[in-house]
Amino acid sequence: MIKAKKLIHKYTRYDADGNVTEQKMALTGVDLNIKPGDFVAILGHNGSGKSTLAKHLNVLLYPDGGELVVDGKDVYEEKNLWDIRQSAGMVFQNPDNQIVAAVIEEDVAFGPENLGVPSAKIEERVTSSLKSVEMLSYRTHSPNKLSGGQKQRVAIAGVMAMEPKCIILDEPTAMLDPVGRKEVLHAIHELNRKKGVTIILITHYMEEVVDADYVYVMHQGAVVMQGLPREIFSRVEELESYRMTLPQITKLAYELKQSGVDLPDGILTKEELVEALKQCR
Amino acid sequence: MIRDITLGQYYPAGSILHKLDPRVKLLGTMIFLIAVFSYRGIPGLVCITVCLAALIKLSKVPFSYMVKGLRAIVVLLALTCVFNLFLTPGEVVFSFWKVTITKEGINLSFRMVLRLIYLILGTSLMTLTTTPNQLTDGLEQGLKPLNRIHIPVHELAMMMSIALRFIPILIEETDKIMKAQTARGANFDEGGLIQKAKSMVPLLVPLFISAFRRANDLALAMEARCYHGGEGRTKLHPLRYQTRDYVAYVLMLVFLAGVVALRFFSS
Repeated sequence: MIKAKKLIHKYTRYDADGNVTEQKMALTGVDLNIKPGDFVAILGHNGSGKSTLAKHLNVLLYPDGGELVVDGKDVYEEKNLWDIRQSAGMVFQNPDNQIVAAVIEEDVAFGPENLGVPSAKIEERVTSSLKSVEMLSYRTHSPNKLSGGQKQRVAIAGVMAMEPKCIILDEPTAMLDPVGRKEVLHAIHELNRKKGVTIILITHYMEEVVDADYVYVMHQGAVVMQGLPREIFSRVEELESYRMTLPQITKLAYELKQSGVDLPDGILTKEELVEALKQCR
Repeated sequence: MIRDITLGQYYPAGSILHKLDPRVKLLGTMIFLIAVFSYRGIPGLVCITVCLAALIKLSKVPFSYMVKGLRAIVVLLALTCVFNLFLTPGEVVFSFWKVTITKEGINLSFRMVLRLIYLILGTSLMTLTTTPNQLTDGLEQGLKPLNRIHIPVHELAMMMSIALRFIPILIEETDKIMKAQTARGANFDEGGLIQKAKSMVPLLVPLFISAFRRANDLALAMEARCYHGGEGRTKLHPLRYQTRDYVAYVLMLVFLAGVVALRFFSS
């Protein structure tokens, strides 16, 4: 679905005369290989370059070096731009700033309208994508009265209506309360399971990536760890050196193990820990 | 303060006026305004009043609700009345010290005040029966011919609808910033006019910064959803004329012809 090789991006600052005053490497050679239908998480601390990476996958930013192919299309070719944006949809952090219209169904219709889909087809797409995030009953409401989690689900529906193969979510839960966070995560897992949409979840909450198929950890513009969540989560000291905060349960299991309790590596959920502790007795 | 103005607020009622095509209502409002400012003599006035009353009745919007919209222009009404009443030269009816009231003055101020009231009632009748979205759709569709002379109609309509979407968000934000600044000791209520204007600075600067940030985010989000201007865009609910819209167009023309005809009769 998405292949990146040695992807590089530099942020350049110019002074009033157009001279370069400052250059910062945001991505220093990132390799990615994401398979269709996967639920992939990209973890990283603030400033690790994960949002910059996300903007490349949707061609909102162009790479300064390396290769990037999204859905079989090379990002360097300009004619692919709209195709890539259609097949790789993007959901942003702030739910308020990505809803365009003052009525929910019109906002969901915004994407297909831009693609030039005939009116009757738009209607169908709006209905089915609102249904897929369980927001159909709010169809004619105003977005202003919704909770953060609901708004974010509307934004996801807006992307779904474009029938993408892949959805990139750039810290979709960072501004939400715990309930909203749960709603959004549930919605994207459902989309991944039922519709087979590839999900790329970018986040700094490790709890959210427990159920992912594959995890990348970014630090200072590079991918520093990758693997199954269980593998990643068992490398506790390495994770902490990248300033990641472990989920409470994993941390607890790790501390217990350190102090002599015989537990397996990489415990992710409460249930697993309970099971493992029962085995100990 | 902002809540008092009914102008621009939708009143859901599901009447025939609500169902009319927004383009019809826009042109209808234009015609009504032309009529209000071009009628002459009592028969024309009666004709307009009857029509307005009939439309208000049809719209199912309570009259008292509409009158609320007038509160915002009370000062303007009073000023118009006073200036026209005292400063129109002509046949003196009443004179006291330096104040004189003329027959023409009474006539003129009566007419001007009535015109202003009708203007507000007529336009708020449109905005009360049309959602802001329909209104921008109507404007975009109705003004499409202007595209030929390179007026960016779609972009203007888009800007208008985005503005409408963000007004409540920015109001909320203003409220938040006001509270935050009050907590830091800012005072928005006291002092003279200049003091008050100065106290607005710590409110407006953060508000503007945040508005620009939002605009930037929104532009990115729109681009990510393949927005590339009005070209090749389709609509979820395209505007289509129904029979009732054609009937309304005919009625509007009859009304305008009637008012113009009455103008010639009375002169």
